[in-house]
Amino acid sequence: MSVSEQTAMAPTGSAPDADDHIAHDAAAPAHHTSTGLSNEKLGMWLFLGSECLLFGGLISAFLLYRSKDVEGMTGPAVGDLYDIPFTSVSSFVLLMSSLTMVLSLSAIQRADHRRARTWMLTTAMLGASFVAGQVYEFTAFVREGLGYTTNLQSSAFYTLTGFHGVHVTIGILMLVSLFVMSLRGRLSAEKTETVEIVGLYWHFVDIVWIIIFTLIYLIPA
Amino acid sequence: MSDQTLTGEAQQEHEAQTEHEAQTEHEGRAHPSDRNYVGIALILAVLTALEVVSFYVEEQLGALLVPALMIMMIVKFAIVVMWFMHLRFDSNLFTRVFVSGLVLAITVYVGALMTFRFW
Repeated sequence: MSVSEQTAMAPTGSAPDADDHIAHDAAAPAHHTSTGLSNEKLGMWLFLGSECLLFGGLISAFLLYRSKDVEGMTGPAVGDLYDIPFTSVSSFVLLMSSLTMVLSLSAIQRADHRRARTWMLTTAMLGASFVAGQVYEFTAFVREGLGYTTNLQSSAFYTLTGFHGVHVTIGILMLVSLFVMSLRGRLSAEKTETVEIVGLYWHFVDIVWIIIFTLIYLIPA
Repeated sequence: MSDQTLTGEAQQEHEAQTEHEAQTEHEGRAHPSDRNYVGIALILAVLTALEVVSFYVEEQLGALLVPALMIMMIVKFAIVVMWFMHLRFDSNLFTRVFVSGLVLAITVYVGALMTFRFW
């Protein structure tokens, strides 16, 4: 029996050695961890689980202060300034960026690096369009007299949507980094999981917006 | 002696095959094709369009508006998580980890909001 055959038959939970790494590289799905799963991927899921608590808190704070009857409220109400057609287009753009992200992952899993890079860049550009739309929205609101400290409602709104915008921006930076890594040939077949993990983050940002769009923009106060 | 070695090797191969099958089941099933992903995105686009239309026919929908929007939101959320994030195909452990965080967040914040008049 050859060395590679022996290593391929090694139990999943065994201590990794040099030969194990060879076997691992040859068959990417095998992970030498106590769970048999990728620790990096599990870590990302744990992080996303904890992010639910962060965004849950911010959404709850806005729901609490969205009423126009809050005592001592000054300035315009956020709900009176929404531009629903514009935000709908932004939401659609972010939703479609999830499609391009998953197409990028699919391409890199087929070792089609050129197509993967194209979809990666498309995703980053769609994300940048969304952030640009958010900046435009914030600017329009400020011109209407709704600043960050105008009232509790505006503080909660800017904090929630601003945090989301920062998450999208971080996602764009990660996508651009992956694009550069791929261009330099550093995104080998064994590292497709990196794209998958960044993809998980990106889709999470998308599902947070799905909730924000409905609860904050569409459901009337 | 030679027969014994062959029997041992056959057993090892069988064990490896069983382990590989268990590993495949543990890691999850094959992911959808690109065509499936485009189909899923179309469903999401249609749901988003319906949400926006619901917003403009608020008066006609009356009390149904909020439940309708909530259902569409949950369906969109589930589609992205199950198909684009591959929870439908990956290990159950990932689902458990994510759902734990989600359920904890919903429980904590709905519980907190119930102590206020916010709607």
